[in-house]
Amino acid sequence: MAVYSTSEFKAGLKVMLDNDPCAIIENEFVKPGKGQAFNRVKIRNLKTGRVIERTFKSGESLEGADVVDVDMQYLYNDGEYRHFMKPDTFEQYQADDKIVGDASKWLKDQDSCTITLWNDAPLAVTPANFVELAIVETDPGVRGDTSGGGGKPAKLDTGATVRVPLFVQIGEIIKVDTRTGEYISRVKE
Amino acid sequence: MSGLKADWQPTCSLDLLRLRAQTLQKIRQFFADRAVLEVETPLLGSAIGTDPQLDFFTTAYHWSPRQQTLFLQTSPEFAMKRLLAAGSGSIYQVCKAFRNGESGRFHNPEFTLLEWYRVGYNLSQLMGEVDELIALLFEGNVLQATQRVSYQSLFQQYTSLNPLVFSYQEYSAYAQGIGLVDAASICGQDHTMWLDFIFSHQIQPYIGNNKLCMVYGYPACMPSLARINENNAAITDRVELFINGVELGNGYFELSDAKEQEQRFDSEIAVRESTKRPAVIKDERLLAALGVGLPDCSGIAIGLDRILMLLSNSPVIDDVLAFSISKA
Repeated sequence: MAVYSTSEFKAGLKVMLDNDPCAIIENEFVKPGKGQAFNRVKIRNLKTGRVIERTFKSGESLEGADVVDVDMQYLYNDGEYRHFMKPDTFEQYQADDKIVGDASKWLKDQDSCTITLWNDAPLAVTPANFVELAIVETDPGVRGDTSGGGGKPAKLDTGATVRVPLFVQIGEIIKVDTRTGEYISRVKE
Repeated sequence: MSGLKADWQPTCSLDLLRLRAQTLQKIRQFFADRAVLEVETPLLGSAIGTDPQLDFFTTAYHWSPRQQTLFLQTSPEFAMKRLLAAGSGSIYQVCKAFRNGESGRFHNPEFTLLEWYRVGYNLSQLMGEVDELIALLFEGNVLQATQRVSYQSLFQQYTSLNPLVFSYQEYSAYAQGIGLVDAASICGQDHTMWLDFIFSHQIQPYIGNNKLCMVYGYPACMPSLARINENNAAITDRVELFINGVELGNGYFELSDAKEQEQRFDSEIAVRESTKRPAVIKDERLLAALGVGLPDCSGIAIGLDRILMLLSNSPVIDDVLAFSISKA
């Protein structure tokens, strides 16, 4: 794997730090006029998701991390692992709850999502930005109310709960933004 | 931004070109009013500063059949001191300076310096003049009253540590306590490195809030070209300027003792060798000039591009340069 010097650190670069794969978020060159140059780096640990600040002497380097994002199709949950497939090669990968994390509440069979692979093993799962899911549970709404004001909780077929307008009913399909967890619109079948 | 602008276009706006021109005019008027002589010195020199933290550009001078290595100057300091020793009186210069490998939000490897020397001034008098110049350049920006503070009291105020006395135990416990996890492994037993680390992480970003902050009395382990204070050998007569956490300049009551200067050159050259920095040629002509006699004087260099960044609220140095290094 390539080695990157502090001057090559830029947002998105994947490197190994303390044996964990990390992504650089921000890199600032700090140098007192007559003093030692440092790079102050904001970095996300891709295993834990935590963002930390670290300092390097300018000119130091880190090993690159073999981390790639791959679009895959979600297949099924066997109770212990969730299974995914690369649509072009039909290669399959499995990931446990720890890795899937919050993404699980947006994953529906056959939907596509992004799997982050580290050394060809799943590291994280990111659902598509927008998903279409069916409402399985919600209070009956008031007919004729199309304003969207107020709203009510609705449980979706993947287990997630989102706020929806009062006029949306059980059995309807809705579009949700997974980054914010917000209802976008109804989807006509 | 680069996505919107064609590659040949300037990195700064045309307004910034005008602001730079106005600022230069103000500076020239300021020094003309005070009878300080404007000078020019070579950007290409046969010798170069020995500063352990500065890297330089070299170039090959062909003058058949000879070939000589010349250095692009990291500051005009040595040449200006030779003029002072020759009896120029107080002088100033606006010129380009070159520092290899320095690139970032506040750094471009080629940048503009305003450097001036006042014969007969001590450091405090020079700080007074700096205050007047900054007030002129920031006219209409309403800075708050200038703050003069010693390095030691600033350090103690922000960290409770004594910068003049090195204690690995206290310094590393402090760094660990505030989450600077890399400090101890980077700095080890190097007092100067610790001071640079802590100052740049925990002090500098927070000083000079909407005002000029002049920090004087740097520890004796970071003397550069300043004299040791005559009443306290633990500090030097060196000052640094900050506004809104941005380092703007560095000034000294100038060292004039040729012997001490040569010792500092030699010890800096030794540091460069031990850290495997490119070899330098020490400036024998400067030493010869100091040997004849540099008049007592104070001098300071101010980064003009950073002044323009502050005047125009630009977050990145590229925004004030006609063409930053990536478009040069």
